[in-house]
Amino acid sequence: MVSFIVRRMLLAIPTLIFISFISFVIIQLPPGDYVTAYAAQLRNAGDYITKAQEEMMRQQLGLNDPMLVQYWRWISNIVFRGDFGFSLEWNKPVGELIWNRLGLTLAISSLSLVFTWIIAIPVGVYSATRQYSVFDYVFTIFGFLGKGIPDFLLALVLMWIGFAYLQMDVGGLISPQYENAPWTIDKVLNILSHLWVPVVVLATGGAAGLIRVMRANMLDELGKPYVETAYAQGLSERQVVWNYPVRVALNPFISTVGWSLPALFSGDVITAVVLNLPTTGPLLLQALKMQDMYLAGSFILILSVFTVIGTLISDILLAWFDPRIRFA
Amino acid sequence: MTDQAIETPQPVSSSAKEDLYTAKPWTLIWRRFKKHVLAVISMWFLILLALTGLFADMVAPYGPFEIERLRTLAPPTSVHLFHEGEFVGPFVYGLARERDPDTARVIYETDKETVLPLQFFVSGDEYTFLGLFRTDFHLFGVDDRREQINLLGTDDLGRDVFSRLVHGARVTLSAGLVGVIFAFVLGLALGSISGYFGGWIDSSIQRLMEFIRSIPTIPLWMGLAAALPIAWDPILVYVLITIILALIGWTHLARVVRGQFFAIRHEDYVMAGKLAGASEFRIITKHMLPSMTSYIIAALTLAVPEMILGETALSFLGLGLRPPVVSWGVLLQDAQNLRSISLAPWLLTPGLAVIMTVLAFNFLGDGLRDAADPYGQ
Repeated sequence: MVSFIVRRMLLAIPTLIFISFISFVIIQLPPGDYVTAYAAQLRNAGDYITKAQEEMMRQQLGLNDPMLVQYWRWISNIVFRGDFGFSLEWNKPVGELIWNRLGLTLAISSLSLVFTWIIAIPVGVYSATRQYSVFDYVFTIFGFLGKGIPDFLLALVLMWIGFAYLQMDVGGLISPQYENAPWTIDKVLNILSHLWVPVVVLATGGAAGLIRVMRANMLDELGKPYVETAYAQGLSERQVVWNYPVRVALNPFISTVGWSLPALFSGDVITAVVLNLPTTGPLLLQALKMQDMYLAGSFILILSVFTVIGTLISDILLAWFDPRIRFA
Repeated sequence: MTDQAIETPQPVSSSAKEDLYTAKPWTLIWRRFKKHVLAVISMWFLILLALTGLFADMVAPYGPFEIERLRTLAPPTSVHLFHEGEFVGPFVYGLARERDPDTARVIYETDKETVLPLQFFVSGDEYTFLGLFRTDFHLFGVDDRREQINLLGTDDLGRDVFSRLVHGARVTLSAGLVGVIFAFVLGLALGSISGYFGGWIDSSIQRLMEFIRSIPTIPLWMGLAAALPIAWDPILVYVLITIILALIGWTHLARVVRGQFFAIRHEDYVMAGKLAGASEFRIITKHMLPSMTSYIIAALTLAVPEMILGETALSFLGLGLRPPVVSWGVLLQDAQNLRSISLAPWLLTPGLAVIMTVLAFNFLGDGLRDAADPYGQ
């Protein structure tokens, strides 16, 4: 077990180096750089800077150096000093920017993950044990719809319904009057009244797929002889179903739970943009659009690290839960 | 023993069975597929949609960029059959533009006096039919200079949403299909090489696939899409976006193909081909790939909606296709904020089109997969 974990971690190191390099290159790909984007933004605002000023900015920010030099400057600071660099656009350390938005992002995504599981597992089990019943069909339709509706569209529609029919102000995360108010019951209630839209949107999308997976796995397992044996032993249906096949059918959940780690961190970018949530996703989008390379690069790097760690966690959990899996 | 020898085949009673045994694989697949009602409906829906996209210029009553300044954000016109209790065939009422005396906002009233019969096969705006010749033939329209038929209303520039939706179908569907074709070529080539040769070739291709999958999808898409400069030709951007979609989509297909190859690599007929001196290229393409055609087709069908959703999401965020290209994602950009949706809910209809198309592809893919499964019922 220990050697398996060590080997996997060693294997992850070259992968991460490669990913960090690729993400840096991808961000540098567009013609022009941050200064070009900045000058364009100024022009749109009716202001301008001269070519000489642009050149000076580049010199100062070190944008004229070869890409490898820039990459090394960035990555060595991260590895040796834990410093993710400076966001050019926000004029703040990248770490601070991300940190400020991380709490809320984690709250929303972990809440929706929990809801996804709470919905998906019982519904999947029900659908499989009562195959072709009315509710099975209802859940099947729900599953297909959830898969077919893009998240951002569902967010838009929910926002519209909340606004037009329930007289609620659902965009953003908090009503303006509470923004700087001290923490009171009203403020918490206000946040909760905003929070349900993203949680519902994200949980529906996730649950729709997982219900199908859970149902299919359960159907595979329910036909197996060990289930029959358990029934023959005189166990009640509840005992049989929840103690044996469910545990086996949970395998795909466990093997994908690690992947939700990066998703927890970034939240759902598109939904967050539509709902105007102050999470990390819109920050990344803006950084990519402005070619704010240290912010975007660090972001993608952190996400990749989480993906690699998440996969590792999943593999370990899977091996721990399912004795049939060997550390090959 | 003797029973079997005595029994002779009875042509009349066992003809149905005989038919089943001698039927070609594709006939069997088609028969099983036909039982899947939802999949068949989806298939016809998608065929209709593809034809609509192909002949968009003809189906759409107006051009996608045609601006009607006096009909901005007009609500959908409904088609009626009876005028004042009398049957007059399909027609629409005229639309009177007024201003709200209090708020000075533009409001539209249906003008029950003006009856505009819906006409089929009319001449309207000129366009180039499939790049071949110029014509002004349209499937339907109303014959009036001042009035229009807007089945799904108009947008804030007074462009007909239905016409734009139909033109968007062409771009969105073809982006999905082209993306799948790119992914298909990549996935098939690398998957079959990986599965056939095994060994170090397999493990290096596997590492590559793991690497691509370990980069989070949406940020990677966004990063690559953000790398496309705004000033580029929209057509070029379109091709590149499909390639970006395919760059991520191919790994899934490659995994399916590789698994299949591992399963049939040691079959007798592959060995026979090798002994007969066939080249590896020939064995892969002539003998092994055909055995998994049905799987591949099902996997491809299920990959199309992913591509369509990807295109829509990217365009919606402003990172994918950009106006003047008309795709469903681009159309949904108009419906991005609460104000425009509450003012003109019909701007969300492209979203409805996306959902229906994605669902249809999913049903079709499921139906094909079930039909192609030789062990299925």
